[in-house]
Amino acid sequence: MSAGTNKIDVTVTDIVPLNDLVTRFKFERSDGELLPTFSGGAHTVVEMKDGEVSRLNPYSLMSDPNDRTAYTISVRRDEEGRGGSLFMHRNVKVGDRMTISYPVNLFALDLRAKKHLMIAGGIGITPFLSQIRQLDYANGHFELHYACRNRALGSYVDYLTSAHPNDVHIYFDEMKQAIDLENLLDGQPLGTHIYVCGPAGMINWVRDTAEKLGWPREAVHFEEFLAPQSGKPFQVELAASNKTIEVGEHQSLLEAIEAAGVDAPYLCRGGACGQCETNVVDYDGEILHRDHWLEDDEKQSGKKIMPCVSRFEGKILVLDR
Amino acid sequence: MSTFEFPPSITSRPVWGKLEPRAGKSHLMIADAEGAEALLKLAQADGSLMTKAHIMYFPGETGDTYIGKLEELAPAQLYIGPSYEAAVPRLRRTLAGAHMGLQVYLTGTESLMGQAMREATDAGIPHTAIQTEHRGSVARRMQCVHCKGITENVMTDPFVCSHCGLNLFVRDHYSRRHAAFQGVCVDAEDPGNVPPPVELYS
Ligand code: FES
Repeated sequence: MSAGTNKIDVTVTDIVPLNDLVTRFKFERSDGELLPTFSGGAHTVVEMKDGEVSRLNPYSLMSDPNDRTAYTISVRRDEEGRGGSLFMHRNVKVGDRMTISYPVNLFALDLRAKKHLMIAGGIGITPFLSQIRQLDYANGHFELHYACRNRALGSYVDYLTSAHPNDVHIYFDEMKQAIDLENLLDGQPLGTHIYVCGPAGMINWVRDTAEKLGWPREAVHFEEFLAPQSGKPFQVELAASNKTIEVGEHQSLLEAIEAAGVDAPYLCRGGACGQCETNVVDYDGEILHRDHWLEDDEKQSGKKIMPCVSRFEGKILVLDR
Repeated sequence: MSTFEFPPSITSRPVWGKLEPRAGKSHLMIADAEGAEALLKLAQADGSLMTKAHIMYFPGETGDTYIGKLEELAPAQLYIGPSYEAAVPRLRRTLAGAHMGLQVYLTGTESLMGQAMREATDAGIPHTAIQTEHRGSVARRMQCVHCKGITENVMTDPFVCSHCGLNLFVRDHYSRRHAAFQGVCVDAEDPGNVPPPVELYS
């Protein structure tokens, strides 16, 4: 549980495999009521009960923000991950009851922008689907540049190109098509904002190029959810709650804290929002920082950790939780 | 010396910075009077900015003092005008044709920076991305909250609204949309009981 994350009981009402890697899931409220509205770019945290283990993974909402009857998400199967996406792909069936969080938006459109320039890589397309729908209602000006491996794996390519033939540009890696970023950024009208969602390399490339060309930071928005990585099991002392817990190989530190019944804050569960920041009281070993939130000097100080994605190797770790 | 440290105040009050060179495809610099000094310093810090710079300068009472020096900087464009008001159409045209990668530098009086900031943000630049540096007079551009009239160059507190004649108290409460501080009637409860005017920051 966490402050600011109310839960909703939902039923899975549709499952559509889109291609070899990506499957779409549709959720409706189990009590038949309407879901909360959200804004384009928002995500929900889906709770997966896999026997003893429970996982909470964030997924961007990709449905129409004005449609309160259902939410949809698209999940890319990750063979190397800790199993959240595999669980969704293999175990979840139409009719299953699940719990999801209220929508949270860490990747909202800046509606002061005169033009929205969207850059997507692979499954990073999902938040743009709801953003584009939101802009449709307001007649907003956007342009989408979407890079994916090939046509077969390009989720929603056909939908996007037929709905927005003039505003959507597709690049297939296997055909050696690449976004000509410098040229794209050069000559954008004043008041353009950039939104980028995709692999870390793409996000850094876009941010660095924009900075070099003199784009203000405030006009460059990005979202990258890090999936928590597996690692060696370790032990943690929770000083405030006076507990010692074990973090399993495929468990995140945050999940282990929650499993011990200790209330810990979170929003994104992907190292991006800053909500889960926790003070380190004492440690002897190495904190494996994996988040995008803490500054480099904070990481080096050894005084803070982001339990949603970061881990620890060593003798003792004591947290103020 | 043309600089002045404004004492800390309420959050509404704009805080001005120091101009520094930034990477950009082009540079728009707008200054009045002693603001020229900040541009000269900026050019000293990075002379290469000037090859891509458009300077709009309003000397006001400083007359010819800085003009020769600004010309020596050899900016790509140097416009020297009689007043900011007269140059607004030119500024709007410049912004309308500008692209992302434009850096904006504002320096001089609060009135000039506030009004040019409004044009730049209307054109789509986030206000936090616009650089400013205060130089010269501490006179304020004031909006009368009662008649909405603007009085320029206010040097004393209280002052008389140049539109409706009320005695107004000079507040630090600022409107970015009006690019003006707010003036509120000082003797509303007890008409005629007006404290003697004091020069701002004296
Ligand atoms: S929950 Fe967002 S950074 Fe950890």
